[in-house]
Amino acid sequence: MSASVSSRHPLLTSIGVALAGIAAVALLAVLPGGSTLAQQVVSGLMLGGIYVAVAVAFTLTIGVLNFLNFTIPTLFMLTGMVAWGLSRWGLPFGLSPGLHWAPALLGGVAVAILASLIVERFTFRYLKTRHGDATEHAIPLVSSLGFLLIFEHLVLIFLGSEAQSFPVRFRLDLHLGPLVVGLPQLASLLLSLGVVFWLSWLLQSTRTGRALRSIAESPDTATLLGVEVARIVPIVFLLSGLLCGVAGALFVVNYSDVSPFMGEHVGTKAIAGMVLGGLGSIWGAIAGGLLVGLLETLGIHFFGGDAAQVAVWGVLLAVLILRPQGLFGASRIGKGKL
Amino acid sequence: MSGYWAGILAILAINIIFAYGIFITAAAGQLNLGGAGFMAIGAHAAAVLGEQLGWTPAQTVPAAVAITACVGIAIAFPVLRTRGVYMVLATFAFAQVVTGVILTQPALGGAMGLVVTEYVDLPVLLLAAAGTTLLAFWLMATRFGLALRALHDDELVSTLMGVPARAMQVGAFAIGAGLTGLAGGLYAHHFSFVEAQYFNPLLSIYVLLFVLIGGTQTAWGPLVGATFFTLVPELLRVGGSWRYVVFGAIIVAMMMFRPEGIVTRSLVDRLFSRRRPAPDAG
Repeated sequence: MSASVSSRHPLLTSIGVALAGIAAVALLAVLPGGSTLAQQVVSGLMLGGIYVAVAVAFTLTIGVLNFLNFTIPTLFMLTGMVAWGLSRWGLPFGLSPGLHWAPALLGGVAVAILASLIVERFTFRYLKTRHGDATEHAIPLVSSLGFLLIFEHLVLIFLGSEAQSFPVRFRLDLHLGPLVVGLPQLASLLLSLGVVFWLSWLLQSTRTGRALRSIAESPDTATLLGVEVARIVPIVFLLSGLLCGVAGALFVVNYSDVSPFMGEHVGTKAIAGMVLGGLGSIWGAIAGGLLVGLLETLGIHFFGGDAAQVAVWGVLLAVLILRPQGLFGASRIGKGKL
Repeated sequence: MSGYWAGILAILAINIIFAYGIFITAAAGQLNLGGAGFMAIGAHAAAVLGEQLGWTPAQTVPAAVAITACVGIAIAFPVLRTRGVYMVLATFAFAQVVTGVILTQPALGGAMGLVVTEYVDLPVLLLAAAGTTLLAFWLMATRFGLALRALHDDELVSTLMGVPARAMQVGAFAIGAGLTGLAGGLYAHHFSFVEAQYFNPLLSIYVLLFVLIGGTQTAWGPLVGATFFTLVPELLRVGGSWRYVVFGAIIVAMMMFRPEGIVTRSLVDRLFSRRRPAPDAG
């Protein structure tokens, strides 16, 4: 199996791919009648930027802990809804009036990280109690489904079940020839990718990153070699909470509305992106997330929403069966990833 | 009996059949997170055959079982190549494809759904649930059930002992799909209406929770799990939306203190067997 190029020089390769993409979009834009299509490509990539952050959160927990964390879409939703609640009503118990949108979003991110750490406290610490059969890997998965119910219904109780408009007042559009690129959208794509690059650097070059990668390879060996697994595991949850929070905040800035159900759509698309890129691979999740955003926007443009859904999940099923390592990667769970 | 309890009993009966469909697969150590997809196939098959060809429920329900079981066999070969998290995701994707296809095909109801005129009453559902439960207990007592339990506990060792893993797992998957189709067919005829939106990912998640909370080691698990899950939310109904919060907390607590599920093999031994219970394998 050919090793993916991107695993050797990820930064250079991704810069190359980005330049090629920009060139392609520019070429498309100057062609007669191509500008609508180019506009779709641009919006698809912007949407993909949000999927990337959530897909990386998924892939990180699967890569290090072999745990499909179903609370991740809920953390994304929690950020948006809590931020909306803070800006509408301010801090609880009447401590302050409604907040400006920026501190409100920060508050939302903080709540997402806190919630993620609570999930860690109650799902992963107890995984030591192994009972040694084929379905034991489902234990944290089932716990995370329980937390999904808890968080979602707490939001429904305290913040209502309505979709809410949460206008963030900075609208600036960049006009590049016939193309319109929202500045907040561009900023959020860059911020999303920036967080992921930082995460990748963290994993490659820091002591914590080395510990995380050693746990991914083998928790038992890591323990023997002196890695304090119980101390390092919460970092995974902290990072995935941060990624979901950033994605949720960026979603609010871009689309200006929130709802208690916004996590489901983004969550399933992020899972799709992660699978396309290969489970446990961060570079795969980036490529997969952008690809799904692109496929979705173009699919809806050409075929309509329901057919696009069939296409995305059909491709996903085929990839899982035929190339479980993902479209680009050679890695598999537990070996040579992250 | 009031209409309220009749409604709950009907849902309970369908949930029990549905849970056994997922349980047979889980008993072989494989998690199927695509339950709603298989149930959707059964329900829509029964609806289309009943409405287009004028079949009676006595014909449509067995046909729904057969069709779903065939789809189960067809999908089992590729899907069972995957394992663990990959299998969970593959079955999940399969269910999404099924509901997506139904949504785009007006002949299958599309987004509007299908009305089913032939009505099947509650006693039939209860009989079917009882029959399914007996079938599952019988299956788990046969050599086939023994092989499934061996695969569930340790696939490598059972293969070394000569258990044909692939054949057993495909068989379990097909039987499970057939039972899920039965649940779907009965659902269509009892509630007189099917729509793709009902068979959403949350339904797949719930039925897998029935099975895993009930316990996958013995055939008691799905019965206890489905009953627990259907009745507890009803009993908590006083609490409004809080009942789901409590319910989620119960799930988390269960996984912390009793991750094997409510009913385990050693518990069954202690309750029903004269012989000394085997030391808990932990």
